[in-house]
Amino acid sequence: MAFREYKVGARMFGLAFGSSMFITLYMPAIDIAGVSATTSAMERQLAFGRVGGFSYEDPFLRGHGKPVTVDIVQDPKTGAAIEPTRAYVYPSEVPFPNGVRHPRILGELPSELSVSKGRMTDADEAQGAVFIVRETTRGGVSVPYIENVTATRGWTPDATLAKADDKNRAFIGKGKIMFVREGCWWCHTLLPEQTQDWQYFGAPPMLGDFNGESPTAFGSDRKAPDLTHVGSRNSSREWMMLHFFNPRLVQPHSIMPRYEYMWGDVDADGKPIDYDAWRAAYDEYESGNTIYPPEVPVPAADSEARALIDFVINLK
Amino acid sequence: MFKYLFAKNEDIPAGSAAVFFGFSSIVWFVVGTAIGSFNAAKLAFPDFVMGSEILSFGHMRQVHVLAVILGWISMAFAMAMMYITPALGNTKLWSEKLGVWNCFLWNVGLSLGLFLLWLGVTSGREYSDLPWPIDIVVIVGVLVPLGINVWMTIKTRRVQGIYTTNWFFGAATFMVIIVFSVGNAPEFFQLTGLTEAYLTWWFAHNVLGLWITPVAAAIAYYVVPKVTGNPLYSHRIGHLHFWSVVVFYSTPAAHHLMSAPLPEWLKSFASVEGVLILVPAIAFVSNLLLTMTGKWRMFVENIEIKFTITGVMMAIPLNMQGGFQQTRAINWYVHGTGWMVAHAHLALLGFSTFLEAAAVYYGLQTLLRRKLYSLGLANFHFWMLLIGFTTYWVSMTIAGLIQGAGKIYEVPYIDVVIAEHPYMIARWVGGTMVFLGNCVWLYNMWKTARAGTVIPVGRLPHELAYER
Repeated sequence: MAFREYKVGARMFGLAFGSSMFITLYMPAIDIAGVSATTSAMERQLAFGRVGGFSYEDPFLRGHGKPVTVDIVQDPKTGAAIEPTRAYVYPSEVPFPNGVRHPRILGELPSELSVSKGRMTDADEAQGAVFIVRETTRGGVSVPYIENVTATRGWTPDATLAKADDKNRAFIGKGKIMFVREGCWWCHTLLPEQTQDWQYFGAPPMLGDFNGESPTAFGSDRKAPDLTHVGSRNSSREWMMLHFFNPRLVQPHSIMPRYEYMWGDVDADGKPIDYDAWRAAYDEYESGNTIYPPEVPVPAADSEARALIDFVINLK
Repeated sequence: MFKYLFAKNEDIPAGSAAVFFGFSSIVWFVVGTAIGSFNAAKLAFPDFVMGSEILSFGHMRQVHVLAVILGWISMAFAMAMMYITPALGNTKLWSEKLGVWNCFLWNVGLSLGLFLLWLGVTSGREYSDLPWPIDIVVIVGVLVPLGINVWMTIKTRRVQGIYTTNWFFGAATFMVIIVFSVGNAPEFFQLTGLTEAYLTWWFAHNVLGLWITPVAAAIAYYVVPKVTGNPLYSHRIGHLHFWSVVVFYSTPAAHHLMSAPLPEWLKSFASVEGVLILVPAIAFVSNLLLTMTGKWRMFVENIEIKFTITGVMMAIPLNMQGGFQQTRAINWYVHGTGWMVAHAHLALLGFSTFLEAAAVYYGLQTLLRRKLYSLGLANFHFWMLLIGFTTYWVSMTIAGLIQGAGKIYEVPYIDVVIAEHPYMIARWVGGTMVFLGNCVWLYNMWKTARAGTVIPVGRLPHELAYER
């Protein structure tokens, strides 16, 4: 007995499934690939570094191998005063972001400018590099590009870091890792919706705002305010510090978890933090036995809490 | 189990792999719902268990999601495939040894992956959270061996045609390999930006549409005719269901990102295709309910039919929601709210879980040749699942509507949080009921394996009377 082989059915299946893959994978892919990166996309990826999730350089998501963002007012090479400038410092062996590694990601014109004017591809990971985002005009339209200032102006990573004190350094790349690892995005979205949401949480992102960033961590289940522009609504580091340590200190009805464990063992002065004593004192305050809550320790410069605050404050 | 890993294929009793998968799936269901209940408690009472990084909500949420999807749901699918596929082909499983290895690697790989996720080792992408080395383990150790076993069992069948259930099994095991490989491509190949965001939701949509929904439906196509003794109402409607799943369910992925700056043509296309998932849904539900003709007494008396038909009927609200909530007119109100959480649980804890539970109940009795130990405990399990789930679904739907109103009327967010609090407690109560019901189920199936009445040769489990 000759068995039915389902030849027609198998081919129809291939055709049907293949067509839907063509429409839902190939067509969007070529469409999205034609989008040029915006200034925001360049700032984001230069601040975040290569990957915001699991990676070779940081398999346990501790924030290793990430750039430091600095705000400087002096030229690191000459010492001359310059306009306030935000620079992204990649010490040696810190992986470059995707747009620098694969300029094509930035889109046709920005990548051409970044390579020709910004000498972006001259940067060498082994040596480290410093990048800034600049804009120029092409045909009456402003086009952003990435400048490798180590090549164009001789700003070395060490010299650039030396021009920024602790107050002017932001560990945004490490903070993004904390944001992803701690699952902040399970409740706080990074995508205002195309509704009245704009009036509350700010403008939605544009098509080219994400080129080179991974993961985008938009979030899907909003149990808490959108954070896309949170740094513009609230830029108080003190508020953020209290809120991360115990959200109920600043918002009694908050259901956010306490992130006190991100402070580590010691505070900014190197003093050990006694969590049990703090919680006991807070319970006293909460039950009305004391008038003031206990002091929240200032996080150390290398703590995870500091990096997370840097990340959140810089979501403008 | 371990003694079979290195035994000869012929020496492994037929059905071993399916039994291992069956019990693994129940254990993962208990684990997954326990974590779910724990997480829900944290949302209702934020200071419940604090000061520990790995026990924080942000570390536990993805463990719950993947434990139930890859542990409970997918292992129950593997269990169903490993006894239904050969049964429908009048043959034995192509390789029992591959099946046992498949189960072993699945449990090891999933435990490792969830442990890493628990530590915070994540790709930061919803549903494809597992870091890429674990993705490769899932593809190579879990999905491909399962597919090979199913395809080869269908190929070496000893009957002329292929029954509806096996079309779905064969196609879904193929499609899920493609979906898992392509969906995780952003991690394998460092794809970034909107491509990454889109592929994240392409994966999340298609793993539901091309894996969970069709395989769960395929189980119903087997269990209802088998247990009631009625032939399937219409083979043709089954065709309509199958082909419309392949064509319509594989295309609307972008409707998960209606607010993202994706190309507008893509969102509009996805939205239209999304409404068309009503075609397979209506075909499926009508076909199965019409198959029940004359046997509706079994909906009350028989535990497998009770679970299956409840699951089939849940496909009605599920697809009415699914088809319409993704259109722009409704999506702007409910997107990102508890409504979606309720909908996701209607799909996974309502529709598909009830169908899989039926397959595991029926399959374990068939394979172990033991009658179910206690109908009373099984009914308790059923009602705990149904009432627990309904409590969850109703409370989260209300919470979602509150959130939606808060969103469009620009209510300060904290007022939404305050308004949601009672529903968060209700959700925790509902989820905990599901967890407790599952503990009873594990006990019941364990007792079935040990102390259930032996089913005589030539008899089917549902032909014997319940004893307890």
